[in-house]
Amino acid sequence: MRNKAIAALASAAQLLLAGAAFAAQPMPWQTDLQPAASGVMKEIRWFEEYTLWFVVPITLFVLLLLIIVVVRFNARSNPVPSKTSHNTLIEVVWTLGPVLVLFLIAIPSFQLLSKELIIPKDADMTIKATGNQWYWSYEYQGEKVLSFDSVLLKDDDRAKFGKEDKGAYPRLLAVDNELVVPVGKTVRVLVTGADVIHAFAMPAFGVKIDAVPGRMNETWFKADAEGLYYGQCSELCGKDHAFMPVAIRVVSDEQYKTWQAAAQSDLNGANKALMAAVDKKNVDVAAK
Amino acid sequence: MAGHSAHDSHAHDAHDDHAHHTPGFFTRWFLSTNHKDIGTLYLIFAIFAGVIGGLLSVLMRMELQEPGIQIFNGLAQMVYGMQGDAAIDGGKQMYNVFTTAHALIMIFFMVMPALIGGFANWMIPIMIGAPDMAFPRMNNISFWLIVPAFLLLVLSMFAQGPAGGYGVGGGWTMYPPLSTAGTPGPAVDLAILALHVAGASSILGAINFITTIMNMRAPGMTLHKMPLFAWSVLITAFLLLLSLPVLAGGITMLLTDRNFGTSFFAPENGGDPILFQHLFWFFGHPEVYILILPGFGIVSHIISTFSRKPVFGYLGMAYAMVAIGAVGFIVWAHHMYTVGLSLNTQRYFLFATMVIAVPTGVKIFSWIATMWGGSISFRTPMIWAIGFIFLFTVGGVTGVQLANAGLDRAVHDTYYVVAHFHYVLSLGAVFAIFAAWYYWFPKMTGYMYSEFLGNLHFFIMFVGVNMVFFPQHFLGLAGMPRRYIDYPDAFAGWNFVSSVGSYISAFGVVVFFACVIEAFMKKRVAGDNPWGEGADTLEWQLSSPPPTHQWEQLPRIK
Repeated sequence: MRNKAIAALASAAQLLLAGAAFAAQPMPWQTDLQPAASGVMKEIRWFEEYTLWFVVPITLFVLLLLIIVVVRFNARSNPVPSKTSHNTLIEVVWTLGPVLVLFLIAIPSFQLLSKELIIPKDADMTIKATGNQWYWSYEYQGEKVLSFDSVLLKDDDRAKFGKEDKGAYPRLLAVDNELVVPVGKTVRVLVTGADVIHAFAMPAFGVKIDAVPGRMNETWFKADAEGLYYGQCSELCGKDHAFMPVAIRVVSDEQYKTWQAAAQSDLNGANKALMAAVDKKNVDVAAK
Repeated sequence: MAGHSAHDSHAHDAHDDHAHHTPGFFTRWFLSTNHKDIGTLYLIFAIFAGVIGGLLSVLMRMELQEPGIQIFNGLAQMVYGMQGDAAIDGGKQMYNVFTTAHALIMIFFMVMPALIGGFANWMIPIMIGAPDMAFPRMNNISFWLIVPAFLLLVLSMFAQGPAGGYGVGGGWTMYPPLSTAGTPGPAVDLAILALHVAGASSILGAINFITTIMNMRAPGMTLHKMPLFAWSVLITAFLLLLSLPVLAGGITMLLTDRNFGTSFFAPENGGDPILFQHLFWFFGHPEVYILILPGFGIVSHIISTFSRKPVFGYLGMAYAMVAIGAVGFIVWAHHMYTVGLSLNTQRYFLFATMVIAVPTGVKIFSWIATMWGGSISFRTPMIWAIGFIFLFTVGGVTGVQLANAGLDRAVHDTYYVVAHFHYVLSLGAVFAIFAAWYYWFPKMTGYMYSEFLGNLHFFIMFVGVNMVFFPQHFLGLAGMPRRYIDYPDAFAGWNFVSSVGSYISAFGVVVFFACVIEAFMKKRVAGDNPWGEGADTLEWQLSSPPPTHQWEQLPRIK
């Protein structure tokens, strides 16, 4: 029991130290959307809170009315029922009231939708993500094409990939090779499926798009903070649906360029060098 | 009323044929053409299927109680005789088979048979003053098609599915290519056949209800005087009639893609998997209203009966259901916001979907207004109905959130959606079914149930299902995708709470059975109308249970 408490404290301290790098994965007893790491997700989070300002009071209002009815109009306190069965005014009010609420919700909703779906013309880079049973393949489009598979990290392989830390590389979220992108750059993602439908999802960026065989779907994101972000396949794709996560490592432009050059010949080496560079930077930041 | 004299003589014939002999057990229950007996068969069938579907869900919750795979590898070993790693893989497939079967059983073999085949079959002819359904033999066929359909579905769970696994693990939506190239074994064909047969049963039932309600209402009962339950069933029947053929077409195309070399949905030959999703949801969205509309009708009667007041805004209530049914046909692609629909398409479906909130709001407020100023007695059916109103509101407002494509992107295919549709179905439709059960149990059996056990059933179930589904909102927001046998450890907490809730709900079902058994053992006589003057629909003018053939003298409605 005591050991467990110490372990929990230690991991909490670790999280505090690591800061933003670890914030992009689900947390125990979380009750809210994941923290935003892109402009789109910031707006989604804002909009979700905005809708709550309508739906929670409406639900509580219905509950309040039910409580009033139960208290005031039970057979003991009100033995003689009224015979009222019409009231045109109130019927108009409760038809038009919701219409007004829906308009108030719809206006920012349309803006959010446009922001998500209109892909910026000036994307800095394009990555193709292909869903396979049961892993993702990524392809960096450009002068030199870089492509690799991203498969769930097995416990036995943690040492091989230098990912022993279960806080940063959690079970069922960590992969062997993450998708690496530079921070603050607009990334266009082309998504398709190789066999059945999968869905490419990254909660912290507000991205979710189906990977449909025979179709090329398009989405985009611009990550505002460096770190390691996790998502999971979000369309039922067979027995290992729960075992094909999406992991994106957002790094500085400089680190990205170094990694991209090295990855052409030695992907695992490039990943390890990148991890070392990121760790060093985090330690430096913590020291300051 | 048109066709009035024709149905008078029909009733007369029925009287001559059957009134003077009692059919034997086999004839009465296996060859039945009596709407009440068929209704009873449907209710027994729905309870049986509901127990199976419920067991599947409890096993899934047992698996999800902790991270890791604990239960399904053992189940795969037990059921399919797999060993070691094969058992783990088999277990993963089996979990998907369970989610699929749970959905199909609860929708097609529990909620629909209970509300439409059961309560509507029993009560609609009585409530509109008709001696029986318009096509009694077709009614019999409807029931006897649903049984083999169920058997086919159960059989599919044991047939070869994907390589090295059994059953259909593609979800109730059966999206290709997972249901075509992804699952080569015959399991999917059996499931498709099950849906075809169940669909045929429902279409026949729908034709029967439309004909009955249109032609066999008692003299003086115009559409605008018809009880709201009859309205709700009429609208439901039209939804069935218009949507099920589209499903039948879609799954037939799936069948020919699988077996006869067509490529409707196969992209390698110019087909499109998204076409199936459009066809499926053109059926699938009206289907969710098919599940809930009869519940709306039932709740209106119960609220009015126990408030001792007429339904507030009767016409508004009826036409709100018409509006929900009509708009329900033009919102289907809100299930498909992430498939890559264009901006304008998503804008349209966002807007159209939000419109449904207006008639739904009218219904919620009208129920409360019905109670307002009433003299309410809190008998068991009323408690279930009040629970229904609140929980349906919770499910309704999360539906308004999900209508927003921009927000749906974040929670699409997560447990947020699972929580939403279980609030409207598991806590909405199922609460309406239990409300109806307690409301009409004295009428159908002649015996009074125990108020204590009925209340106990409600409170256990209320706590249980809220504990199952409320935390799932949190899981969904945090990003836990649905249809996952295993999840990252961070999701463990709320999953544990949800699983405990599932065991509490299962205990609630045990109390339900105890309540039924107790009522049949104690045989407390209920009387013709146990609910008093508030119960003013026609069924309460008959004896409890009603005679084999009612309304030999047609009632006249003022």
